[in-house]
Amino acid sequence: MKVSLSWLKDYVSIEMEIQNLADALTMAGLEVEAVSDRYDYLDSVVVGRVVKISPHPNADKLQVCEVDVGKRIISVVCGAPNLTKDMLSPTALPGTVLPDGFILEKTIMRGVTSEGMLCSEGELGLGPDKSGIMVIKPSKSVGDKVAKALELSDMVVELDLTPNRPDCLSIIGIAREIAAIQKTNIRYPDISLSESSDNISDLTSVTIEAPDHCPRYAARLLFDVSIEPSPFWLQDRLMSVGLKPINNIVDITNFVLMETGQPLHAFDFDNLVGNRIVVRTANEGETFTSLDNKDRILSKDMLMICDGEKPVAIGGVMGGLNSEIEVSTTRILIESAYFDPVSIRKTSKKLGLKTDASHRFERGVDPDGTITALNRSAQLMAEIGGEKLIKGIIDEYSKPVRRKTITLSTKNTNRLLGTRLEQNEIKELLESIEFKIEKDDQKYNQDKLGVIPPSFRVDIKRPEDLMEEVARLSGYNNIPATFPVIPAEDRHPAKQLTLRERIKRLMIGSGFTEVINYSFVGKQSRDLIELASNDPRRRLLNILNPLTEDQAVMRTSLIPGLLGTMHRNISKQVKNFKLFEAGKIFISRGQDNLPEEIEMLAGLWTGSRFDISWHFQETDCDFYDIKGAVERLLYGLNINNPEFIVMPVDSCNYTKPGYTAQIVSENNLLGLVGEVSPQVLNNFDLKQTAFIFELNLHNLSTLIPETIQSKPVPKFPAISRDITMIINKGIESRKMLETAENFDEELVENIQLFDVFEGGHNPAGKKSISFRITYRSSKETLEDDLVNHIHKSISERLVKKFNADLP
Amino acid sequence: MERTIEEINEKALKELQAASDHEAIKALFTRYLGRKGLVTQYLRNISKLPRDKRPEAGRKANEIKRTLDKAFKEALKRRLSDTFEKDKEIDISLPGRMTLQGSLHPITQINRQICDIFEKLGFDIVEGPEVETDYYNFEALNFPKNHPARDMQDTLYVSDNIVLRTHTSPVQIRTMERQTPPVRVVAPGKVFRCDSDVTHTPMFHQVEGLLVDENISFGDLKGILTTFVHQMFDERTSLRFRPSFFPFTEPSAEVDILCVMCRGKGCRVCSQTGWLEVLGSGMVHPALYENVGYDAARYTGFAFGMGVERIAMLKYGIDDMRKFFENDLRFLRQF
Repeated sequence: MKVSLSWLKDYVSIEMEIQNLADALTMAGLEVEAVSDRYDYLDSVVVGRVVKISPHPNADKLQVCEVDVGKRIISVVCGAPNLTKDMLSPTALPGTVLPDGFILEKTIMRGVTSEGMLCSEGELGLGPDKSGIMVIKPSKSVGDKVAKALELSDMVVELDLTPNRPDCLSIIGIAREIAAIQKTNIRYPDISLSESSDNISDLTSVTIEAPDHCPRYAARLLFDVSIEPSPFWLQDRLMSVGLKPINNIVDITNFVLMETGQPLHAFDFDNLVGNRIVVRTANEGETFTSLDNKDRILSKDMLMICDGEKPVAIGGVMGGLNSEIEVSTTRILIESAYFDPVSIRKTSKKLGLKTDASHRFERGVDPDGTITALNRSAQLMAEIGGEKLIKGIIDEYSKPVRRKTITLSTKNTNRLLGTRLEQNEIKELLESIEFKIEKDDQKYNQDKLGVIPPSFRVDIKRPEDLMEEVARLSGYNNIPATFPVIPAEDRHPAKQLTLRERIKRLMIGSGFTEVINYSFVGKQSRDLIELASNDPRRRLLNILNPLTEDQAVMRTSLIPGLLGTMHRNISKQVKNFKLFEAGKIFISRGQDNLPEEIEMLAGLWTGSRFDISWHFQETDCDFYDIKGAVERLLYGLNINNPEFIVMPVDSCNYTKPGYTAQIVSENNLLGLVGEVSPQVLNNFDLKQTAFIFELNLHNLSTLIPETIQSKPVPKFPAISRDITMIINKGIESRKMLETAENFDEELVENIQLFDVFEGGHNPAGKKSISFRITYRSSKETLEDDLVNHIHKSISERLVKKFNADLP
Repeated sequence: MERTIEEINEKALKELQAASDHEAIKALFTRYLGRKGLVTQYLRNISKLPRDKRPEAGRKANEIKRTLDKAFKEALKRRLSDTFEKDKEIDISLPGRMTLQGSLHPITQINRQICDIFEKLGFDIVEGPEVETDYYNFEALNFPKNHPARDMQDTLYVSDNIVLRTHTSPVQIRTMERQTPPVRVVAPGKVFRCDSDVTHTPMFHQVEGLLVDENISFGDLKGILTTFVHQMFDERTSLRFRPSFFPFTEPSAEVDILCVMCRGKGCRVCSQTGWLEVLGSGMVHPALYENVGYDAARYTGFAFGMGVERIAMLKYGIDDMRKFFENDLRFLRQF
């Protein structure tokens, strides 16, 4: 919403500096977005002196002038009849954008260069005259900017209004707020009408068939109209707020719309069949051509303004081409109505059509402002066009909008705001913005006020709304800051949250960098990671209005995001990294239900094991690196003895068979760790391999022990013995460890795998594997003989069980 | 006595001169001054001299012992620093064997800082679903269907009734449905809007706050948020509360902070206004109490919400919000 200072001053005196005014409006809740001078477009128009005039060599009607623009003399081709030597005139330089949208450039006109343009006041938007170039008094300085020379300045304030304040979508609305800020008065325009003797009710009628959509419809008639351009003052007012003048009738309806906030519509009365108005809802599927020359398909809940047989306007949204004001129009009907906000909003949304009118109606116009605005427009039309105003008004108002008195308690106001206002102060503040105080000693007392909001404040419904007005007017910044007093409570921190943070810290300790990807992905992402047809993660939750196709569904896995991030980084030549993300995945339960939201953790490792350095040889990371990262995480979370079990073939298509493990602890499937399958790498256009893990954070959290039970540290020394065996390559080391542990030897404290070796002296298909077994007693220092005996027994049993050879 | 003490002294000094390294000096020291060293033995043997010669010989021998001892110690010291200069066994300027530390996403870090401040002020942290029903995201928060207030947020829809939550405010309703006052919570989380440019991404993070009890005032809201801003930025960062509109609060206030870049002088970051809009807030609208079954006459409270990215951008001097979700490691590793 734009308002110009010059227009505002028609209704309120403004003494404040513009910046102070802007600040005051912002602090009153009407946020000022920008302040600018409406004549800024004249920035490159300067006072020029015509120093030489010569005929144009190739055009009879044109002349070539040399114009002194201060710093230099330019050549200008001009056809104005009033051109005289030494005259001063506004000279627009290249780059100027004139009010009609014309962009001035240096041109060649019939072979002669023109470096600027001598302008008429009409061309500059400074007056009606377009007959010749504008003459500037000789006392002005050549080269000065025209705005300065002519003392042109009009500040325009652009407001970003919240939807609860439709009353401020008008110049008078803003003026009212300014008056309240300044504690001065507002001057409403005087309206006096001289009507002809013909009676409106003899000439036309209004029938409202849909009172729920249109509680009030008022109309006036004007005859003997001549459609002409508006007087300049009217055009100037409209231009000051960025509106384009069209003709006197349309301009007046726009003027009154801007002035009062009440949208009006003018119909060509002779195009209304039966010379009457019927307000009804549309027929389903009916088509209608709106003023912007577009065919609209209507549905049955849209409100239409109709004549005796057909729709002539989409009520409160846009007029129709069939009843438009044309040059030939002589008789008009002016509509001023109050439409139901919800009805207008639905129609506007359905048609995808937003107008100045619909914007105001859907927020709520003043139901009592209908007649004032109608009379104001009639007055201006009669004054400007000298038209014949038909006597009387048609005012169909079957369902009056009632305003209720709101009871406001001073005590409650102070309690909510933290203030110590007196009832009298509250009363004065509310009265300053035209709220009325009801007098009734029975109902109201020292604490309670009966407040009647003005009809234009459609947003005021409850005492709290009044409290906001009180706070706003007395100044939010004058409310003292205090601290709430609340007793301490027995509270427990959210487990999931603490866990997530612990995990993130452990991950960065392992050198992983946290990423955050969008929670939405493209539909194809489930195919990019080759999810099987029965995988629940194929159940996508679709977004109806995504910004792009890559953001059309909610993710069902974190893996596509990580692989996408990997691709983006590699394309920027970052090739060695470890990433992780913690976030939700969404499994659809149908579009009309909330999805299952599962919190996951996923990590990715690609490139070399270490960053290049003098310590380490640059080697590529492998399965054991990512597995180690997972083990470290689980260890850090005190989840003991996680098991890594070979992922059955076909159970996971985005990792490589044989290079993937399921992670299980206490019979809970926690996730997986493995190498990304070549097919998926290819799908993401990745040339280097990557290792990933995925963990379900909820399942993980159930396994973390609540407390840690300490054990005594050993008192007696340990003895360790090694054993090396040669076994079949296919035997998992885990099996041997488990078997050895299951022997359940009391004195075995720990079994550690410390070497695995293939090739060398080992026969083909065999590997050597070495364990270190630590023996300890909690009661005594062990004797070598005893340890040797047990160790031999364990070794023999392992050899037998796994058909092993000793080296 | 095979040799005189002078001879021993002379020889020791000569050998000391020739000693090439630390180990040789140590060996010589043992040879002459050690427990079984030549000088020590000489001193021990003085008792075998004739009685009248003993004092003189003892005095001389002790003096030589002292000077030799001093000479050895000096030689050792000199040799030690020579070694250090000449041999330089390690190059301490080489980088250590560091295992690289990863980093938390800047949004995670700022989110934590925000929550930490409120936790110290006694707020609990709660969370809610990211996909929401129309009821929790709008209706219960006093955004009626077909109300222009719904235009304030560009919503991503799943169906007529299901949306990606446009703000963390649904957690207000979910929390009040779950517990009775006093309620004192902050709710961090992801939110979604149909919007994308330098200062908007279709997904971003908010932290919501809600405090409800008897006699909670707008003044209390100011107190809590002032403390928060002072801790998040610094004490010099003044605040300005100005009237605004949110359907779920009445009165509502936008909270501006003095521009942290220019300190109010006006700059590009604050669009020359000297102020930055960082928080939306207000007193909980009584309609919400009615929706969750609280006694609206008994309880009052306030709510507030802020964009985590916005604060992160100010704290870290980041000018393009989309950077947070591009996950360029060259960016992320800076934090």
